[in-house]
Amino acid sequence: MTEMEMEVRPTKVGVISCSGEAEPEGTIARNAVRLVMEKYKPGLVVSLCLPLYLAGDGAERDFAKKVPVIAVDGCEKSCARLATEKYSGEVESWLDVRDLLAQWGVKDKLSRSHPGKLEEELTERVALEIAKLVDRLVEEGKVEVESR
Amino acid sequence: MDNKKVYIIPCSGIGKATASVGRDATYKVIEDKRPEIADTLCLSLLTMGDEETVERVRGNKVITIEGCAKDCARKNVEASGGSPDISHRVHDYLKKHRDLKPESVLDIGEEGRKLVKIIADDIADEIDELSNESGGCDCGGGM
Repeated sequence: MTEMEMEVRPTKVGVISCSGEAEPEGTIARNAVRLVMEKYKPGLVVSLCLPLYLAGDGAERDFAKKVPVIAVDGCEKSCARLATEKYSGEVESWLDVRDLLAQWGVKDKLSRSHPGKLEEELTERVALEIAKLVDRLVEEGKVEVESR
Repeated sequence: MDNKKVYIIPCSGIGKATASVGRDATYKVIEDKRPEIADTLCLSLLTMGDEETVERVRGNKVITIEGCAKDCARKNVEASGGSPDISHRVHDYLKKHRDLKPESVLDIGEEGRKLVKIIADDIADEIDELSNESGGCDCGGGM
């Protein structure tokens, strides 16, 4: 294989969250993505404001073509996954926070605007689930992790 | 279709603390200041063209709040056939209140919260004006 023919693998993972302003699970989704970016996988994860698919200059639509994307949705409407598939390309994996909370047996009323101790714990747990999906992409060789 | 409301739509900015300020100002208005008449919706649903959400922005007053100059909230409302009655940029408030710089996306800090209050106060007044222009709301709540 010549150098020109060698596959160039992406060095970042894209994680896109629904905006979810109206729902507590949307707030958990957004904050969990930030936690992954800042705390669990700094330097490895990039994100994109979902509405930029429509409002941006078009470059945003290359997002899923340039990096493998994990969609994180607050609810079953799956805006992050569906918007990425509609405007950019296939997602590698997908998380539905509402479904995840149901699996964990969470029945408490959650706040979208004033995340308390419970919401913060759940945000951490969701962030760890996203981090596992990032690790899987690395293990599968879909991302080139730069040696540090 | 629900009764006439004023929808406050912040951008969904995930990368800037100013977007968090816009979201928090939205919550302050719809939950504390004008809960009877103001509400929000998920901007992503507009991006996806969700029918019910599109109807809401076309049939009600809309105020957008942007975290950056890309104006995602306004542009997504316009792409859905709506037209914001008022559009704000958090940066315009920051220019007037340079000492109130929010700290980070996840924690805007005390200064950021002061900025939230200023923006929310302005929007509450605007809601009252919009409501008076349209001859009052149908929400059944007092203003």
